[in-house]
Amino acid sequence: MKLATLFSGGKDSTYATSLAKEQGYTISCLISIESKNQDSYMFHTPKIELTKEQAKLMNIPIISQITNGEKEIELEDLEKAIKKAIKEYKIEGIITGAVESIYQASRIQKICDKLNIECFNPLWQKNQIELLNELIKNKFEVIITKVAAEGFNDSHIGKKLDKNLIKELITLKEKYKINPAGEGGEFETLVTNCPLFKKELSLK
Amino acid sequence: MILIINICNEKLHYFEFVKPIEDILIKNKIKFETKHYKKITKNDLEKASKIIICGTSLKDNEFLKHIDNFNWIKNFNKPILGICGGMHILGLIYDGKIQKNKQIGLIDNEYHLHHYLVNSNEFTYSKNKNQMKHKSKPFQGILFHPEVRNKEIIEEFMRD
Repeated sequence: MKLATLFSGGKDSTYATSLAKEQGYTISCLISIESKNQDSYMFHTPKIELTKEQAKLMNIPIISQITNGEKEIELEDLEKAIKKAIKEYKIEGIITGAVESIYQASRIQKICDKLNIECFNPLWQKNQIELLNELIKNKFEVIITKVAAEGFNDSHIGKKLDKNLIKELITLKEKYKINPAGEGGEFETLVTNCPLFKKELSLK
Repeated sequence: MILIINICNEKLHYFEFVKPIEDILIKNKIKFETKHYKKITKNDLEKASKIIICGTSLKDNEFLKHIDNFNWIKNFNKPILGICGGMHILGLIYDGKIQKNKQIGLIDNEYHLHHYLVNSNEFTYSKNKNQMKHKSKPFQGILFHPEVRNKEIIEEFMRD
């Protein structure tokens, strides 16, 4: 089955793509949504411009769609991009990196339902610490690109996901009740290397 | 031993519809085995103390073409919890009829992801038709996905 990943360049959508490939699915294209609204509930990706570079490293075509990021209207832009993927790449389903957000997941489910295509959420309800550990185990190199919650500061930006960072995130979870994998928008991530990439992403 | 039955035709759906239930059982230190519905043996049913039949995605309805694979339910007398597609299976085995009922998203703190509900005279229903219980056997069906926001339903099923 040919699929497209709703791709932000962060840890969840990249890892979801990797799981789908492992299960024998073809990733025919990536879809990235560039939101002009920094506070969008659906699409918040500070390094979205790098998704094109990541796509090249994976040798997968990418559809980039710009949205003003107005609530609900941004979903029409997502639908447009998915329709384009259906037309150009004959995809039969979407992969998302949704873990906990019912807000995001149910809206994407509704679009897929309307377009009569499958919707795959392979990280759905996954324990967030388990997810972080799996990323390290599977050789995903991930850095923090944005922070937006109590307990985080600018020194976290650029930090690489490793065992020490996971320990720190567990401490922050206990102290501030944050989601340790950033599911509540506490922080955003960028994958700089992983088994899907031909080589490391250059940040220069 | 709990038997978890996977009804997904698409392999990738295992992670979304089966693994979250396995994770609840692991957290509660409950032993289980997961089998695809096409691979269930007589021995699996004998070993099982309870069964959970998981759901699947909106489009992944291949199991409806193979409902005969579930005929063993009529001769089974231990507790079964059917979730979403699993609820449809329980109803259909007891001559139920599928009825359109599309719900996607969080409704009254329950996560719904389905196009249909099932009506069978062998079951009694909650007012909103989201839950059903067999009139004489320990079988229950839930239309929404308790593994998302109502994990306690699965934990209670394990305890009872």
